[in-house]
Amino acid sequence: MSAVTRKPSAARPGAGVAAARRRRVAGLGVLVAVLAAAGAASLAVGARALSPGEVWDGLFAAPGSDQRLTQIRLIVQTVRVPRTVLAIVAGTALGVGGALIQGCTRNPIADTGLLGVNSGASFAVVSAISLFGFTSPLQYVWFAFLGAATAGAVVFGLASIGRGAGNPLTLALAGQGVTVFLAAMTTAVALSGRQSLNALRFWNAGSVAGVGFRVIWPVAAFVVVGLVLALTVLPAVNLLSLGDDVARAVGVNIARSRTVGIVAVTLLAGAATAACGPIAFLGLMVAHVARHLTGPDYRWLVPYAGLLGAVVLLVCDIAGRLVARPGELDAGIVVALLGAPFFAALVWRGRLRTS
Amino acid sequence: MSATDLKRPVAPGVRLGRVSFVWRPWPVLVTLLLAAATFLVFCLSIGAGDFPIGLPRVVATLLGRGERFDTFVIMDLRLPRALAGLVVGVALGVSGAITQSIARNPLASPDVLGITQGAAAVAVLLLTVSGGATAAVTGSVGLPAAALAGGLGTGLLVYLLAWRRGIDGFRLVLIGVSVSALMQAVTTWLLVTADITDVARAQVWLVGSLDGRSWNQAWAALGCTLVLLAVVAGAAFQFRPMHFGDEVAAGLGVRYSAVRAVMLLCAVLLAGVAVSAAGPVPFVALVAPQVAMRLARCPTPPLAASGLVGASLLTGADLVARTALPAALPVGVVTAAIGGPFLVYLLVRANLRKAA
Repeated sequence: MSAVTRKPSAARPGAGVAAARRRRVAGLGVLVAVLAAAGAASLAVGARALSPGEVWDGLFAAPGSDQRLTQIRLIVQTVRVPRTVLAIVAGTALGVGGALIQGCTRNPIADTGLLGVNSGASFAVVSAISLFGFTSPLQYVWFAFLGAATAGAVVFGLASIGRGAGNPLTLALAGQGVTVFLAAMTTAVALSGRQSLNALRFWNAGSVAGVGFRVIWPVAAFVVVGLVLALTVLPAVNLLSLGDDVARAVGVNIARSRTVGIVAVTLLAGAATAACGPIAFLGLMVAHVARHLTGPDYRWLVPYAGLLGAVVLLVCDIAGRLVARPGELDAGIVVALLGAPFFAALVWRGRLRTS
Repeated sequence: MSATDLKRPVAPGVRLGRVSFVWRPWPVLVTLLLAAATFLVFCLSIGAGDFPIGLPRVVATLLGRGERFDTFVIMDLRLPRALAGLVVGVALGVSGAITQSIARNPLASPDVLGITQGAAAVAVLLLTVSGGATAAVTGSVGLPAAALAGGLGTGLLVYLLAWRRGIDGFRLVLIGVSVSALMQAVTTWLLVTADITDVARAQVWLVGSLDGRSWNQAWAALGCTLVLLAVVAGAAFQFRPMHFGDEVAAGLGVRYSAVRAVMLLCAVLLAGVAVSAAGPVPFVALVAPQVAMRLARCPTPPLAASGLVGASLLTGADLVARTALPAALPVGVVTAAIGGPFLVYLLVRANLRKAA
C-alpha cells in the first residue's frame, strides 16, 4: 500500500502513467473489497455475535414461525443493517467532504467542521431539545440538518461579501467565527437545563447506531446530490490547487467552482452530521491518507478518500462494539482514539505531503 | 524612478548601536491606544458589580489612596478575578500570535498544539471520575495544577512527536491536531460515562470561567506570565524575520531553530498557564492576533498588540458576563459570542474596502 505512487518509471513516461493508473484502479478495487469485508463483519459482530450462516438467514430467510430465526431477522434487519448502511453513507460523505474542503481552501488542516456544519447542527439539536423537549434522534435529526445547512450557508455567505469572495483564508476565518459563536450559544443553552446537557453529551460523541431507514434514506439522498456535485467540480479543484492565478489563466471560473465545491461539502458534511452527530477528524485524516496513496490528483484522491472514510467509520464502529462489551463505545470516539495515533505516526514518518 | 524617490525611504530607519529597525509610528500608536483601552476596561470591570464604584475612585484605590470600604471591595474581592482575567488574556493573545507566526496559518492557535485539550481531559478526569467529594478538594488547589500538568504534558508530547531532525511547522500542526482529537475523544468519553451532576460541573470548567479566583491563583498566573513575557520580549527581535520563511530568516542571520524552539516553548507555557487559571477559554488566542494584525496593519501578528487585544477582550467579556446578561454565564461563552462576530465583521469590512 505504501509504494503506490512514489516511483514512476523513468525510462518511458507514458508507460509510467499507464502503470500508475493501473495501480490506482487496483487500489480502488482493494478498497472496495475491504469495504465489503468490513460491511459483512459489521453485520456479524455485536452484543450477540452471529455466524455467517445466521447473517445470511437474517437477511434473506422468509419470515416463519421459528422463534430463533425471527430473533436473528430482527437483529440483522432492524439493528445491524441500518447502522452498517449509515456508517458507509456517512463515512463516504465525510471522506469526500474532507478531501474536497482541503482542495477548495488549499488549507491542509481544513476539516469538514470548518464550514460550521458541526456547530450549527449541535446548536439546532440542543435548542430543539430545550424548546420542544425532544428525546429521540428521529425527532431532532431534521433540526440538525437545518442547523448544519444554515450554518454552512451563513459562513459561505459571509465569506462571499465583497471582493474577497470565496478567498480560502476568509472562508476559514469566517467559519471559525461562526463555529465558536454557535458553540458558545450551544453551551449557554445546554447549561440552562439538565435534559439538554444530557442529550448534548451523547449527541457530541458521534454514533452511527440508533437511527433507522426513515432517517437514513433522506440523508443518503442529500449525500448523493453532494457526491454528484463533488464529481463535477473535481477537475476544476485540481487547477485551483495550483493557485488562483494559474487556475484563472487556464480558464477556470474560480468563484463558481469554489461555490459548487463548498455547497457539496456542506451537503455531505451536513447530512452526515445530522444523522451521526459531529464525527471530528475523520475527513481530515482520510484526505491525507488518500493523498499519500494517489498523489495530488483530486479525480483520484476524492474517490479514495470517500472509500477510506467508509472503511474507517465502519471499522471504528465495529471496534467500538467489541472493546466495551457488553456496552458500546461510540464510533466518533473510536475514530479519534484509533485514528489519531495512526495519523500521527504517518505524519512523523514523513509519509504525508502538503499538497 | 527618479532621484528624489531614491532619496526618500519608505519609512525612516533608526540605529541604536548594533540594533537597527524601521520606525513605523502607526503600530506603536495602536499599541499605546490598546494599552489605554485595556486599562479602561480593567478599571470598569473592577468598578462594576453589586456595589458599583465609579471610575475615579477605582483608580484612586488602585493607587493606594482609596477609602477603606472601596479598598476592601476592590483589593479583596474584585481585583484577583480581574487580574486573573487580564493575565489570562495577555497570555492567550501572545501565545496565539507566536503560534500563528510559527505555523504561518491563521487557524493555528495553542488549541492546535493540544495544550487546551490535554488540560481539559485531565481536569474532566478529576471532576468526573474522582466524584463529588474529592472534586471539592481538588477544585480549589489541585485542579489548576493538574490542568497545567495535563496541558504541558500534552504540549510536550506533541513537540516530541513532531521532532524529527528539527521542527517543521506543518508537521507540528498536523501532529497537534491529531493529539488534540485524541484528548478530545477522551474528554467526550468521560462525559458520556459520567454522572450528570459531575458533567454539569465539568461543562462549566470546559467553557472557561473566572468565577471565584483567589489572590493565590492570580499571583501564580501573574508571576509565571511575567517571566515568560520577559523571555518572549528577549527573543522577539530575532523572531520577526521568521515569517519570511526559514531560508530568508537564516540569510538574515537568525538562528531560527533555536529562536523558534524558545518561542514555541513560551507559547505552550503561556497557554498552559492561561488554561490552568481560567479553563479553556475559547477563541481569544485565535482572534486576538488576527484583530491586532488588522488594527496595527502589520503583515504578521504583532506580539504586544495581540496580548493587549486578548486582555481587553477577556476582561470586557468577563464584565459583560457578570453584569449585562440576565443569567451569569461563564466568561468563555461571552468571549466566543463577542469574538466570533467581531472577527467576521473585520473580515467583511476588509473585503468591502478592497472592493471599493
